[in-house]
Amino acid sequence: MPRQLVLLLTVLLTGSALADEVHVAVAANFTAPFKAIAPAFEQATGHKLVASFGATGQFYAQINNGAPFDLLLAADSSTPARLEREGQAVADSRFTYAIGSLVLWSATAGYLDGSDAALKAGQFKHLAIANPKAAPYGLAATQVLAKLGLSEATQGKRVEGQSITQTYQFIATGNAELGFVALSQVYKDGQLNSGSAWIVPSALYEPIKQDAVLLKRGEHNPAAAALMDYLKGAQATRIIRAYGYTQ
Amino acid sequence: MPLTQNDLDAILLTLKLASLTTLLLLLIGTPIAWWLARTASWLKRPIGAIVALPLVLPPTVLGFYLLVSMGPNGFFGQLTQSLGLGTFTFTFTGLVIGSLFYSLPFTVQPLQNAFEAIGRAPLEAAATLRAGPWDSFFSVVVPLARPGFITAAVLSFAHTVGEFGVVLMIGGNIPGKTQVVSVQIYNHVETMEYAQAHWLAGGMLAFAFIVLLALYSGRAGKLRAW
Amino acid sequence: MLSHWFSKAPVKKADDGRIQARFKVQHPGFALDVALDLPGRGVSALFGPSGSGKTSCLRCFAGLDRPAEGYLQVAGEVWQDSATGYFLPAHKRAIGYVFQDANLFPHLNVRRNLEYGQRRIPTAQRRVALDQALELLGIGHLLARMPAALSGGERQRVGIARALVTSPRLLLMDEPLASLDLKRKQEVLPYLERLHEELDIPVIYVSHAADEVARLADHLVLLDEGQVRASGPLKDLLLRSDLPFASEDDAEAVIDGLVSDYDMHYGLVTLSVPGTAACLRLPHAALPVGHRLRVKIKARDVSLSLQRAEGSSLLNLLPVTVEHWHDLNAQVLLTLRLGEQRLLARITRYAFDQLAIHAGQAIWAQIKSVSMLAP
Repeated sequence: MPRQLVLLLTVLLTGSALADEVHVAVAANFTAPFKAIAPAFEQATGHKLVASFGATGQFYAQINNGAPFDLLLAADSSTPARLEREGQAVADSRFTYAIGSLVLWSATAGYLDGSDAALKAGQFKHLAIANPKAAPYGLAATQVLAKLGLSEATQGKRVEGQSITQTYQFIATGNAELGFVALSQVYKDGQLNSGSAWIVPSALYEPIKQDAVLLKRGEHNPAAAALMDYLKGAQATRIIRAYGYTQ
Repeated sequence: MPLTQNDLDAILLTLKLASLTTLLLLLIGTPIAWWLARTASWLKRPIGAIVALPLVLPPTVLGFYLLVSMGPNGFFGQLTQSLGLGTFTFTFTGLVIGSLFYSLPFTVQPLQNAFEAIGRAPLEAAATLRAGPWDSFFSVVVPLARPGFITAAVLSFAHTVGEFGVVLMIGGNIPGKTQVVSVQIYNHVETMEYAQAHWLAGGMLAFAFIVLLALYSGRAGKLRAW
Repeated sequence: MLSHWFSKAPVKKADDGRIQARFKVQHPGFALDVALDLPGRGVSALFGPSGSGKTSCLRCFAGLDRPAEGYLQVAGEVWQDSATGYFLPAHKRAIGYVFQDANLFPHLNVRRNLEYGQRRIPTAQRRVALDQALELLGIGHLLARMPAALSGGERQRVGIARALVTSPRLLLMDEPLASLDLKRKQEVLPYLERLHEELDIPVIYVSHAADEVARLADHLVLLDEGQVRASGPLKDLLLRSDLPFASEDDAEAVIDGLVSDYDMHYGLVTLSVPGTAACLRLPHAALPVGHRLRVKIKARDVSLSLQRAEGSSLLNLLPVTVEHWHDLNAQVLLTLRLGEQRLLARITRYAFDQLAIHAGQAIWAQIKSVSMLAP
């Protein structure tokens, strides 16, 4: 009995030191697929996964200030590169785990007809995008608008969410009639969850390469290495594709 | 100074929002505080609790409900639309409305305390000296509750300046309209513009400190003389 | 029900100006049920122990409390009548209210406290000038002070002046001396007496201090547990054997006199008792001739004699008529008529029989001491 107690205390107090637990910072747009991947990974490897979802810029600031993450799944490719350059990440550990797709989405069924007609018609009060300076999907959205020559026309109607999640919220509550979000947020297995959409042709914006990077803290964590491998594997790839990402 | 035009706009907008909110709150909060201080109704406690809710609720809760209710499908949104006012999300008006809820307890509670401290006696003296209820309110209650009004105004102003969660939820980050300082700081941090973040954040820190210092000094000095 | 009595009775017009009231208040642990008919002039005292309902009653007069059942008529004007639902709110009643602790506005100086009420009545209704009130209460030098810088006595005098300058038709005073120590009481009391003499405003005066009441009141209402135990002219009530005043060891009568002479050498004031040739002499500071002075004479300080005693050290020998008496254990308490006023004398049963006292008998009252009424 006392020995079991000591063991329990050791587990509780040292936690991650047992090295079969991995703490991951996950870009908000990747929330849905990651929640599908996590149980599959835990079942396949026996390791435990602890995930935090949020904005990549915020994770960057937190990692710089000692946040306890082993792995970062970023929404872009520049943040992992920067972390590597600044010595916060393990050199040469970066890889692209997903390429995001942008979608123009409305919560109202039939509002969008699979084309950019409604966007061009301009019969709306608010167009929601993610803050282009903070979120890659926001940046992509501004590229699309520029390509379509709608930057000027939509200037006064644009409202910004601080993250792609908040942008989705603006549209989902009807406060913005339409907006640019990540396809993964509204789409699964080749179908829209709700509302109507126009899947933006990838030619209209620079590819949203989402990179993963092993952080210094996870360098010797076998569970972190296992997750890196797992993300590259066939099982994960199938899930990621199901949410509308390419690889 | 490394502040951009956007930052300056945000500062101006924040001051405008806080001033307008404080003014409106004094108008709205005074009768509520007066009623709470005087009434013997069973509604006193429930209403008092509702007024105090923003003290304990995360601002995101308030912001979320405001986003939903002021939206085109929400109750308040339907009402404003039927009045031909459109919806208030992503507008300065919307921020003012959100701030009114958010800072309401900071107006009502100091005023309620001040009104309760005055008691019935001065009002009874005023009544026997021919002052009607309105007259005695302005000639007796307002001057006697002056420290309470100052505290309420300062706290409401400062609290509105520091508002973040609600603005984030219903603002839409529109420069000059809904992009206030706290959101601008968040933007700077997210986009790794730390120098600008420091300038704004440091300014907020200094502002908050000066406000509280003035409040406590005032309390220790002339305000305590009552 | 008395409220019926009031409403059915022919409405008395302002010519006699009486104050008629009926208040019925019911709270857990406290009930007030009073019907009062008070003279429209002079000081009416509401007297009784604490908790007897004096202050509640006064608050009803002021309209500060609204009793479930209530009727109030002042000088022919109805101020409230629960039968018709009419209620004149406090701020519309022509009253002056003096609070127990003055209750001055702490944010206003003395001048602005005084002006507060005065400004709120039409100029045409201002019968008491500010200067008059300042002079009457001796507070002209305090105008610029804040209430916090006043002594208790000064505060109370300002409170009285503040009530007066609203030119009230009824002045209500709630134990204005209760919060003051003896010295302050002596400071304020003379001002209250002057008020009585110089202003023709009926006063309802709440007190639990017998001396204060005896000194100031003309009419007395004795309250106990929210009920009126007795109501009538002060001098009558003091003599009534069924009330606590006359049965107690220090039963006393009060006599009003006018100063007719002052003896500088001996420091003696001579008072003539109106309607008689009798004089009372007592040591006192100089007073002008004609000044009204009220003195009290304890029953145990009065002895009786069939002849005018000569060569006695007693200063005061008064010819009186025996009115009636009642037994008080082994003693007898007699009520004696002196002009229109009355004296009490307490003598032994033995002396009573020896003197063969009978009603209507003319007799000499020898008074051992006359004292000023003091708080």
